[in-house]
Amino acid sequence: MNLIVVFISAALINNFVLSQFLGICPFVGVSKKMDSAFSMGIAVTFVMVIAAMVTWLIYYLVLVPFNLEILEYVSFILVIASLVQLVEMFIRKVSKPLYDALGIFLPLITTNCAILGLALYAILNEYNFLQTLAYAVGAGAGFTLALVIMAGIREELELVEVPRAFKGAAITMVIAGSLALAFMGFAGLI
Amino acid sequence: MKEKPAIQEFIKGLWDENPVLVQLLGLCPTLAVTVSAENGLAMGVAATFVLVCSSFLVSLLRNVIPNQVRIASYIVIIATFVTIADRFLAAYTPEISKSLGPFIPLIIVNCMILGRQEAFASKNKLGRSLLDALGMGAGFTLALLVLSSVREVLGSGTWFGMDIMWASFSTWKVMSLPPGAFLTLGCMIAAANWINRRRQT
Repeated sequence: MNLIVVFISAALINNFVLSQFLGICPFVGVSKKMDSAFSMGIAVTFVMVIAAMVTWLIYYLVLVPFNLEILEYVSFILVIASLVQLVEMFIRKVSKPLYDALGIFLPLITTNCAILGLALYAILNEYNFLQTLAYAVGAGAGFTLALVIMAGIREELELVEVPRAFKGAAITMVIAGSLALAFMGFAGLI
Repeated sequence: MKEKPAIQEFIKGLWDENPVLVQLLGLCPTLAVTVSAENGLAMGVAATFVLVCSSFLVSLLRNVIPNQVRIASYIVIIATFVTIADRFLAAYTPEISKSLGPFIPLIIVNCMILGRQEAFASKNKLGRSLLDALGMGAGFTLALLVLSSVREVLGSGTWFGMDIMWASFSTWKVMSLPPGAFLTLGCMIAAANWINRRRQT
């Protein structure tokens, strides 16, 4: 399996949000405005790529040699939580504008299931290091794409009269359903 | 703070503060595993188990855990119980464990569980925290059961694997696919909104 296939399948065919149902909470929560949706997407992609590399290294260099696979979940989530903290401090030190743009989203990312899901899937699919990297970038791109499309639709939605019971989360779910239907069209791509 | 009757902590999780329909927490597993009623039930029970056990421990340790590292401590506690649940399911119900796949470990980052630790178990006594966890777990399981039943009946014409629809019923394929999950949940949330507004007026 080459890297491009892994990338495209993670970004479009098995889109994390619309067909794997990972990262639904931020998808519903931060998809009201286009620019915050984009910032969130970039922040998630950023953490995803780093987290995927680190968890891969930990799994194959520490857990497997010592037969500690049972600690997979505990160690992964700890690594992700501390990684998010580190990334936050690093960005604050290095680039103030970037920190202002991503700042509030970073702590939320710890409990974003897309990150842990990515780490687990990468192990499950037995990807090698480079494939894991391509997988992470693809999944991040797919997440950003879904979030931005959703934000675009929801900005338009402000102007439309929605039945009262459907206001808010309900209509978001229905739209996500139609988007998922559209994304199923990518299924024959590879 | 006025004391509510303890049973209230249990009941509120079922409807008024239902984690899925009202608080919109824990949506990822809700959508992903509800292809069949069996999976939905298994996921609900597994999440309830983790929620109750972690609430128990967090509530016991609430005066010991330092405030600065509380989230990390909660996550470690939750992850431990998830590992237990995962091993247990893999040992006794390998088929369910296989079809739920990575969504069992993903209970760790289910915002419902972490949310209850932060909002309730860390501030309340043991008994109340347990009731709260049980109520939330029951509400979660109930929502999952309804969602997965709708999807299974319409999507494959069966319920818990039994054929229940008439012979000429043609299955709605889309219901077993991802879009069906979003659409059904959207309609369920709308229905909950509608009923709640009816009750208020």
